[in-house]
This record gives sequence, C-alpha cells and structure tokens, in this order.
Amino acid sequence: MTVMEQRGAYRPAPPPAWQLRTDPEPLLPDAAPFRVLGTEAAAEADAQLLLRLHAELVRGRRYNTQATALTKQGRLAVYPSSTGQEACEIAAALALEERDWLFPSYRDTLAAVARGLDPVRALTLLRGDWHTGYDPREHRIAPLCTPLATQLPHAVGLAHAARLKGDDVVALAMVGDGGTSEGDFHEALNFAAVWRAPVVFLVQNNGFAISVPLDKQTAAPSLAHKAVGYGMPGRLVDGNDAVAVHQVLSEAVRHAREGGGPTLVEAVTYRMEAHTNADDATRYREDDEVAAWRDHDPVLLVERELTARGLLDEDRAATVRENAEAMAADLRERMNQDPELDPMDLFTHVYAEQTSQLREQAAQLRAELEAENESDGAAR
Amino acid sequence: MTTVAVKPATMGQALGRALRDALADDPTVHVMGEDVGTLGGVFRVTDGLAEEFGDDRCTDTPLAEAGILGTAVGMAMYGLRPVVEMQFDAFAYPAFEQLISHVARMRNRTRGAMPMPITIRVPYGGGIGGVEHHSDSSEAYYMATPGLHVVTPATVADAYGLLRASIASDDPVVFLEPKRLYWSKAEWNPDTPETVEPLGKAVVRRTGRSASLITYGPSVPVCLEAAEAARAEGWDLEVVDLRSLVPFDDETVAASVRRTGRAVVVHEATGFGGPGAEIAARITERCFHHLEAPVLRVAGFDIPYPPPMLERHHLPGVDRILDAVARLQWEAEN
Ligand SMILES: Cc1ncc(C[n+]2csc(CCOP(=O)(O)OP(=O)(O)O)c2C)c(N)n1
Repeated sequence: MTVMEQRGAYRPAPPPAWQLRTDPEPLLPDAAPFRVLGTEAAAEADAQLLLRLHAELVRGRRYNTQATALTKQGRLAVYPSSTGQEACEIAAALALEERDWLFPSYRDTLAAVARGLDPVRALTLLRGDWHTGYDPREHRIAPLCTPLATQLPHAVGLAHAARLKGDDVVALAMVGDGGTSEGDFHEALNFAAVWRAPVVFLVQNNGFAISVPLDKQTAAPSLAHKAVGYGMPGRLVDGNDAVAVHQVLSEAVRHAREGGGPTLVEAVTYRMEAHTNADDATRYREDDEVAAWRDHDPVLLVERELTARGLLDEDRAATVRENAEAMAADLRERMNQDPELDPMDLFTHVYAEQTSQLREQAAQLRAELEAENESDGAAR
Repeated sequence: MTTVAVKPATMGQALGRALRDALADDPTVHVMGEDVGTLGGVFRVTDGLAEEFGDDRCTDTPLAEAGILGTAVGMAMYGLRPVVEMQFDAFAYPAFEQLISHVARMRNRTRGAMPMPITIRVPYGGGIGGVEHHSDSSEAYYMATPGLHVVTPATVADAYGLLRASIASDDPVVFLEPKRLYWSKAEWNPDTPETVEPLGKAVVRRTGRSASLITYGPSVPVCLEAAEAARAEGWDLEVVDLRSLVPFDDETVAASVRRTGRAVVVHEATGFGGPGAEIAARITERCFHHLEAPVLRVAGFDIPYPPPMLERHHLPGVDRILDAVARLQWEAEN
C-alpha cells in the first residue's frame, strides 16, 4: 500500500495557479534550418552582398588550404581547418559593425580575418610564436580561445559592460557543437538572458567534437532548442548558406542592439577535414558521409546562385581567384620567414611590474643566451 | 619454464594495457572521457577498449569536464571504479570544483563511509610543441589538496604498474601522464605481475656519490642525461625518481641525500610555490646535518607556459641542471 493510499480520502490541493513567464512559442527554432540559396528567395538576395560573400568565401577556402599546407611543411604547429564552414565564419563576421566585438574559438581564424585581422597575425597562436598575435582592442577580436566555451561568459560580460556605458555594441560569441556541453555555455547563456545582454551566440554545429558525433553530445531536438530554457530565441540556419547565415545573424545583431537581448543561433554545417592535422577522421566517420556534403559546399551554393543570375562571368570569377591566390602567396611567403623572437619576452608581460623573482630569472636567461651566443661565435 | 617474449612498447601502450587489464579483472572499473571510445583517445591510450568491453565500460562522454568528474563521483558512490580521462592538463580546470570540493574530501566528510576510488588521468607537461593550454604542469594544485594521491610515471614499466595500482586504490588518484614520454619505448614484459608498484615508493634510477637529483615524470630522463654528462666534470650524480608526489617517500629521498650530502630538485612546473619548494623543505628538515650545501631547485620559470617556439628556454634542461650542481660544489667550498 502506498503512502497516498494509506491516506485514503486525502487529496493534496493543486498548486496555486501560475503561468509560464514567457510563451515559449516565439522562442522556438523552426523545425528545418533556414535557407535562402537554392530557394525562390535567393532571387531577392542583394547582388552586392552575394558578390562580396563569394569573394570572401573563395579567399577563405584558399586560406584554409594554404594554412593546411603550411602544417605539412612544419610552419604551423597545428591548424584546425574550417573548410566547409567558411559561410558561417565569414557571413557571421560580416554581420557585425566595426564597433562590435567577436569572441572566436580556435577554429575561427577566418572570422577574425574577415573582420580585417592580418592573415599572418591570425595564425600566431597556431604557429607558436606567441599566444595571441594581435591586440584584441585593435579589431575588437578577443584572443582565439582554446579551452572550450570559456570565451562565452567573457562575451556576455563585455556586452553588458558596453551597455552599462551606454554604447550600442554587440558581442558575437562563437562555439562548436561540443562546446555547448560545457558548464560555461550554460552559465553564459543564463547570464546573457537574465541581463538581456546584447550578445549573439553562434553555434557552428559541424557534426563532431573531434570524434564524438552530435547524438552522443546532446539529446536535445536541436542545439537551437536550448535557447528556450534560458528565455531567449533560438534560430536554426543552414550554415553552408552564406546568405541565410548573414540574414539570421544580422537580424540577431539588430535585435541585440535594439535592446532585445541575446539570441542563440545554431548553424548546421559539416567539418570537411579532420579536427586538426593531428587527427585521423577515418577512425570515426565514413567517406560517404563527407562526400554527401560536397554537393552542399558553401562556395558552390553562392556560385550557383551568381551564375544563375548572370552575375558571375569568367572574368569576374578569375579576378576573385587571382585575389585569393595573391592572398595565399603573401601568406605563404610571410609564413616561410622565421619569426624574430626574443626569448627575453618570456618575462616582459607576466605582470605590469616585474617581480624580483622574475627579474632574477630574466637575468639567468640573459646570461645563458649570452653564453650560447659566445660559444656560437667561437664555433664560427 | 616458458620464456616470455619481451617486446618494445611505448608508454602509451603500457597505459592502454593497464586499462585493459583493469577492465578485464574488475567489472566495476569504467573508463570514460572525451574521445576515449571510437577514437581511442587523442593519444590513443584507450585504443580498442570500447570495442573489447563495449560503450558502457569505455564511454565517450559529452564534452564537459565538470560533468565527467561529477558523474564519476556518483558512480563511485554506487560502487563503481571510474577511470576518467581529462584530455589535456589545462582542460581539467573546469573539473576543479568537483575535484577539490567533493572527490578529495568525500572520504573525510563521511567519516570513511564513502570512499572515492576514482582515477583521474591527465596528460600533462610540455615539450611537445603544443599550442596554448596544452602544456601545463599542474601538479602543485593537486598536491595542495588533501585527500588526493598524485602519481606520475617516468618509465614504460611504471606506467603500467602505477596505473594498475592507482585504479586499485580506494582513494582518488590524479594520475599525471607526461605527454612527451608517451612515445618513449622500452623493452617491457606485460605479463610480469610484479610490475605493479605500490603507490608512494620512490626509486633510485641511478646511484651516485656527488649529489642527488630529486625528480619525477618528464624530468627523469633529463636528469639521467644530465648525470651522464656530469661524469665529464667528475661528478657522480644519483637520480631519484619520486613516482608519487602524494604520498611522498621521505625515506628514499632522505636516505639518498644523506649519502650524497647535496640535493637538486628538478621539475618543469614553475618553481615559486611549486612542488620543489615542498620537497626542498622536507629534505632540509630531515637531512640538515648531512647537507654540504643548500638544497637547490631547477624548475620552469615563474611564467605562464610559453608558446612552443620559446618553450626550450623555459624547460629545465641538462645545462641548467649542471649549473645547479656546479653551484652546490661552490657552496661547499666557501
Ligand atoms: C575545456 C576543454 N576540454 C577539452 C578540450 C580539447 N578539445 C579541443 S577541440 C575539442 C572538440 C571541440 O568540438 P566542438 O566544440 O564541436 O568544436 P569543433 O572543433 O568541431 O569546431 C576538444 C575536446 C578543450 N579544448 N577544452
């Protein structure tokens, strides 16, 4: 006999009437990712935007292949390629104004470059000459972030601070599908929603966190659905469709700028290469799966639309290719020069004022380097 | 009598074999972490385990270190022996809350009723050209937390033996795997049961009379190399491999220093407030009257781990160790 049965006629009173504080309906993402290219709506897409996206995508693709080649030559310690994901990277960055901030993960070099960062400086972390090769304030790009999801609360804090100061600055925070499992993801979204911070969270769902597929990462209907629980809108977009990404992100940025609070956007895409050059993707996925995504390539999608509208003749296509080639050649050449490093730099930026211990250690290293130089000189 | 085949194995393989044998011997052992299943771990230490024992015994978890260790706590509460992998040193930090607030003190706060037989495998240390956040030596944080064992192997045989002992331990063990030794090879016989080492026993890797190098993990081969090089100077260095930082083998260390009268502690973690500070203090407390010179430390600089192109200037190498030994001589003469 259960406790309730023992209590016989006792019936607990229903809880006092209460209502959901927000109607979840408008927060819910659509069932299918939003697309523009390949639909009727594509004909309406702004021609200038299409051409710009195309040029940037071709450049981005070339950047990825060049950087990957540089790892093979030992010029980069590691490169997490974003081949296949260029539309998310670039269209998202282009949705920002200059005064806005980008909070990238380690894979988002292209977003940083699309924001105007020098392609070589974007690779400093991955080449290994320093941890961040740029002043984050210069282009409003936080350091490329290796620990997963830890940059998301930073984005929320920065956006909150900007609003407290009365600046209409928006922060775009990028994270992978795997990163959405981290506690920091949850905390960032919750803070952002409670503070109505002007932040856009962009999840690039490329199917895998290294080897782990999405269905072992989450049981949610989609990552965009996670937004509802925090009280912010969730949007689902085809991450290979640059026009769709640009549209959804621009809308989310506008919403944030106007005081509407944060949005969580999930861009559905696919990682065409291995996680990094150190990874063996054949261990966890079939070639067929990769092949199936080839026809949905982000560069191809834009090219098809431009061609259909007669906006991309051979001349223009050639110019775009040449520009991309020139960027790659410049990248190759500058990356093939050994960076000039001063080992004494190790001590320069640990504290604003060097501690006495660090001064001692710096002196030790200086003496070692001088001894090294002398013995090099003697050998010659 | 059968002769057993002794084949060269890498440290990574020995660790994998230890996990395999632990899973086979004890049904309560569970391996879990990011990419430990299908991929076999980013260093391939768990290669083949999911295939052999199934997803429930070797589990690809969602990407969440606090979640991995927090669920391991619950599993241990229910009688399992989780072996969790943190993918890299710096990625264990999200799990610190669980580690410090629960894993380390659960036995104590429950008056012994609820032990935490969890092994936390952490690839650690530098020297592999890793980008930021892939080269930390975080042992001092772990050592400073009562309730945790902290263990780190330096040889292929110890990798097997110490990992087996860690998994068998009824207390939580932070098992630090020196990344740059994963590919180090040795002739090793996986079928010899006595390769299982009790936790907390240091070993003298090389005997000598001039001074003791007290070291562990990735710095052991460097110290052995330094000891070889020191012969040219007429110094005969002893090398003590601690193997376990907690518990700490005071006896072996003190015996060595009493024999040699001089000690240099070598590790790549930062020196200030680092493991060497504790070790030097213990040596001084026990061996003061035997010491011919102050105990010196050769450690990484007190800086955030540098980018790969500069790491060689940071890591303690043979020259820095020999310089320290030379200073011991000088101190002795003056
Ligand atoms: C806190 C933390 N844990 C583990 C890692 C190791 N790691 C680097 S990338 C990665 C997978 C990330 O997957 P996802 O978030 O989907 O991004 P993607 O690489 O696919 O762009 C892992 C586990 C890390 N960088 N940070």
